Amino acid sequence: MIGQSAIRKEGRAKVLGATQYTADVPVEGLWRGATVRSDVPRGILRGIHFGEGIPWSEFTVVTAADIPGKNRVASIVADQPFLVGIGEEVMHPEQPVVLLAHPDRYLLEAARKAVRLEIEPLPSVLDMDASLRQDELIYGKDNLLKEIRIAKGDPAPMWETAAFVVEGDYRTGAQEQLYLETQAILAFADTDENGLRITIQGSLQCPYYVHGAIAGLFDLPADHVRVTALEMGGAFGGKEDYPSLIAGHAALLAWKSGHPVRIVYDREEDMAATTKRHPSRTHIKSAFDANGHLLALDVDFQLDGGAYATMSPVVLSRGTLHAAGVYRCPHVAIHGRALATNTPPPGAFRGFGAPQSLFAIERHMDICAQRMGMDPVELRRRNFLCLGDSMATGQVIREDLDLAGLMDRALVELDYDAKRKRFQTENAASPEVCRGVGFAVFMHGCGFTGSGEAKLASVAGLEALPDGRVSVLAASTEMGQGKHTVFAQVAAEALGLPIEFVEVAPSDTSRVPNSGPTVASRSTMVVGKLIQDAAVAFRQGLLQQGLLHEPFTPEAFQAAVRAMLARSGSYKTYAQYHTPPQQKWDDTSYQGDAYPTFTWACYATHVAVDTVTWEVAVEDFVAVQEVGRVINPTLAKGQIQGGVAQGIGFGLWEEVRMQNGRMVNTQLTNYAIPTLADLPEIRVVFLENPHPAGPGGAKGLGELPMNGPAPALLNAVDFAVGPLRLDEVPMTPERLLDRAEEVARG
Amino acid sequence: MAERITLTFTLNGKPQTLAVHPMTRLLDMLREDLGLTGTKEGCGEGECGACAVLLDGRVVNSCLIPALQVEGCDLVTIEGLAMASGLHPVQAALLAHNGAQCGFCSPGMAISAADLLRRCPNPNHGQVKDALSGNLCRCTGYTKIVEAVQAAARSEA
Amino acid sequence: MRGFLPAMELQRPASLSEALQMLAAHTGRPFAGGTDLMVVYNAGKLRETRFLDIARLPELQGIRETPEYLDLGALCTFTELLAHPAIHRHFPNLVKSAKATGALAIQNRGTLGGNIANASPAADTPPCLLAYGAELELVSPRGTRVVPYESFHQGYKVMDLAADELVARIRVPKYSDTSVHYFRKVGTRQAQAIAKLSLALVAQVADGCIANLRIGLGAVAPAPVRARHAEGVLQGQPLADLPMVAALEALLADMSPIDDIRSTAHYRSTVTRNLLGQALRTLSATGN
Repeated sequence: MIGQSAIRKEGRAKVLGATQYTADVPVEGLWRGATVRSDVPRGILRGIHFGEGIPWSEFTVVTAADIPGKNRVASIVADQPFLVGIGEEVMHPEQPVVLLAHPDRYLLEAARKAVRLEIEPLPSVLDMDASLRQDELIYGKDNLLKEIRIAKGDPAPMWETAAFVVEGDYRTGAQEQLYLETQAILAFADTDENGLRITIQGSLQCPYYVHGAIAGLFDLPADHVRVTALEMGGAFGGKEDYPSLIAGHAALLAWKSGHPVRIVYDREEDMAATTKRHPSRTHIKSAFDANGHLLALDVDFQLDGGAYATMSPVVLSRGTLHAAGVYRCPHVAIHGRALATNTPPPGAFRGFGAPQSLFAIERHMDICAQRMGMDPVELRRRNFLCLGDSMATGQVIREDLDLAGLMDRALVELDYDAKRKRFQTENAASPEVCRGVGFAVFMHGCGFTGSGEAKLASVAGLEALPDGRVSVLAASTEMGQGKHTVFAQVAAEALGLPIEFVEVAPSDTSRVPNSGPTVASRSTMVVGKLIQDAAVAFRQGLLQQGLLHEPFTPEAFQAAVRAMLARSGSYKTYAQYHTPPQQKWDDTSYQGDAYPTFTWACYATHVAVDTVTWEVAVEDFVAVQEVGRVINPTLAKGQIQGGVAQGIGFGLWEEVRMQNGRMVNTQLTNYAIPTLADLPEIRVVFLENPHPAGPGGAKGLGELPMNGPAPALLNAVDFAVGPLRLDEVPMTPERLLDRAEEVARG
Repeated sequence: MAERITLTFTLNGKPQTLAVHPMTRLLDMLREDLGLTGTKEGCGEGECGACAVLLDGRVVNSCLIPALQVEGCDLVTIEGLAMASGLHPVQAALLAHNGAQCGFCSPGMAISAADLLRRCPNPNHGQVKDALSGNLCRCTGYTKIVEAVQAAARSEA
Repeated sequence: MRGFLPAMELQRPASLSEALQMLAAHTGRPFAGGTDLMVVYNAGKLRETRFLDIARLPELQGIRETPEYLDLGALCTFTELLAHPAIHRHFPNLVKSAKATGALAIQNRGTLGGNIANASPAADTPPCLLAYGAELELVSPRGTRVVPYESFHQGYKVMDLAADELVARIRVPKYSDTSVHYFRKVGTRQAQAIAKLSLALVAQVADGCIANLRIGLGAVAPAPVRARHAEGVLQGQPLADLPMVAALEALLADMSPIDDIRSTAHYRSTVTRNLLGQALRTLSATGN
């Protein structure tokens, strides 16, 4: 089964329109929930006023005063309230303050508009500069949500002695995940003789995160909370932490109203209030010897973390750990800071900090090549990490890594050399449309950072079904990436069965163990490996009990499972994550093995820059990557192509415009994600190098494709119309025009 | 509350009569009054195409159509696209080519693609682009959707 | 969905005369394809609550061709325009601008009359209609009048259109076969985009000189506008020696672009001039 393009398990229902997403589930006696939000970046909530003309007695109204348990969303740092209470501080302009429920959606919307919040304004901090200057202290004693330092060797002496020292500043903007299905949660509250029980169903990536959040909010024992992830219309990280907040809101309304309550954000609310990719800025100072060998790197990496810590500590961690890129360097200093501002907190988005720092280093390498008069291909070739080299954290490359081969393959696929020559000649005539080639070489750490997996100690399992088939038990969720199919393939392979004999259980906390959140490119590699182990144990159990004899047919297997059930009532096997003994990590010094392994890639592109309009058209895109063993080539390709498309949007078009701390382009008409007309065919090549961390040698690949497109595109634009100061994404036509005019002005 | 009106139209090949506020969005009429939830709301502003249906044989965004304008029309939703013999060729191709990932754009995409193949059984790349560029997809990068539509065209031809 | 449905009224007049009576009686505002109004309604920002569904009035439909002009019903959808051979033959800019309007589902519902009467400065077909010297036939209970389209827009969403008047038909005079047509829209992306700016240009060439030049601009003023200053500099000039610099300079006086959510005033101004430059290069190349 592994290596075959099995058809997506839930695909038929999807193409028929029969899949029930959260907003599609029919519910008897349903009420709808709405959220009243602050409209200033910072202040003290003094009063809540309910306007005229609304039949308020028909409504359920929830404020912070109603909360029975802890008014903090369980997260890395429990700093974010579910609702701001009277006398408490409003920290950003989309902060939930009042919740309303009513059966009629139109009245509910009218009521939402009729609530007026009285907020005594306080001075706010709206950007990273203001946060660093500490104009106002809005968070802790220094406005820092998290600070990380990585040190290797001593860069300082190199600045004096190196043949070349090149510095640069780079910025990346916020980016909206823009899952097509907006955030949606359904909540039920029931009280029986044992007390209150809360049931949540929704569009959420991490059932056990929501589970923890609800238990804390109501101060309930774990078995009184049940969370099920329904099919999701995309997530990309955007449904990692924010659903905990919405689930809390829906649960409060359901509990107080006595009715099931569904909250579905409309696009505008979803864009304005929920998490985005962290805006970043990076300063890089680098030293090279006369032959172009990298001697020292000093990186100052900053993220705008918004008003609460949420995921910022770990996003910063991943960004910092990818900041030195794929290069061997003896002396490295990386300083990472996540800065608090009075803006809605950003959060997880595919890549999780890495697209930001990798944009900086991969753009920087091209600029270094320019300054040193070297070919960007050759400069990289001289500095690639190889087997036995150590990264900034001291992590030693233990796999047979061939980045030069990867890069050469991508360049051949793109026809880089021929295009480069051709475009150089054509561009020399200053045509209206200039073309360029560019590429980036990069990586992505698979699974949780550092000791994350050890702390999670995830569990996954297999369960015998009454008809003799097998069900996979894991809390991992399906958001379109193909987890149902890949898990079934992994289990089927280990069991020795066709895929039809394996089901995947719903991601329901009352039924599946905590296999951890569906994030960090960890599901296939980490959870998949647990499933493989549980499947091996499942099969061994049947063999040892004498119920099954090898070789066996699927029917014999089914019969053995039924016999096992008849004998013992139920049959389940589980496996738990244990850190491999050779993997060491120190959270305080940031030294050791940051990730069990990395995926590696080179993306190459050719673009056309129209110098009449400064629009950039992506005419060809090649994505070559090494992702261990590919479990399902068709699904894997789809993941890469989709990630590249998001990466192209990140690099060229998708801009979050902020005014006074809030996003103002909250519609699909003014936040432009790519349409079919904007993208070329995205060509994908997998180079396979099986790795023992994952099932059948698979690594995790979901986030990797986000990391490469932005720098590759800007490198190509620079080839076409540069050298320009192309230091920022999205490089919109407006910015590109400005940069071209800088040069024209001299 | 303004008067409800009684609408008569054809829905997925069958006559349908329904009392509804004339300004109700067709999208809401389908999802809430008729329980046909295959048609999705992705934006509510006619940008994403997740709510696409066929109205008198033309692709429209059902979030932009008031119920009154459906009077007397022939309406086909994703629930009416599959044939008695099984999946519509574009549905089969989207499934086979992994053109549906999260699946939320898929009903609208299938409607637009089916409309294209009816008008234009052997579309070139430009025609596919014109037909589907009003259907946003955030998962696939469109490459596999285009492959699927071309495969469906070959299977129909 | 943020619109308040219970407050809304949508009625369907049975005939044009009934529609005009209802308009005159302030019973509601016209509602056609809905591709603009429904967006505003969904966002909860539609101020009016009473509408008249005019989408099926026969007098406002159809495309008629005469030797001199094309007569387009205000209810012609972009798809209907694109399906008509005479449009392709005589008005390539209308083809381009209709194809650039939204995407297929919008083109199937959006109407030419709606595109005009919605009066968005960023609408795609109006600059082309300006460049083609279109006329509008307006009907009211008081009768019919014909106005040049170039004098129809008088400011941001201000039109030469009385409360009881409807845009009934649009007449576009045919150009000679030797005309040069240029249209380009610069949007936020390649499809399903609202214009950051657009420029339509139509000209004839007589004795090596520009004749009958008209330029329409989109999204660089409170309404779609003619570029009269630039036209004035270029009219009658020899193709071999066009006053390029002066024309681009003059174009500045035709625009009052702003910074907004989609672009910057500087970009709009610069790129609109770049488009004129490109159009003039195209024109020169044709002349040679």
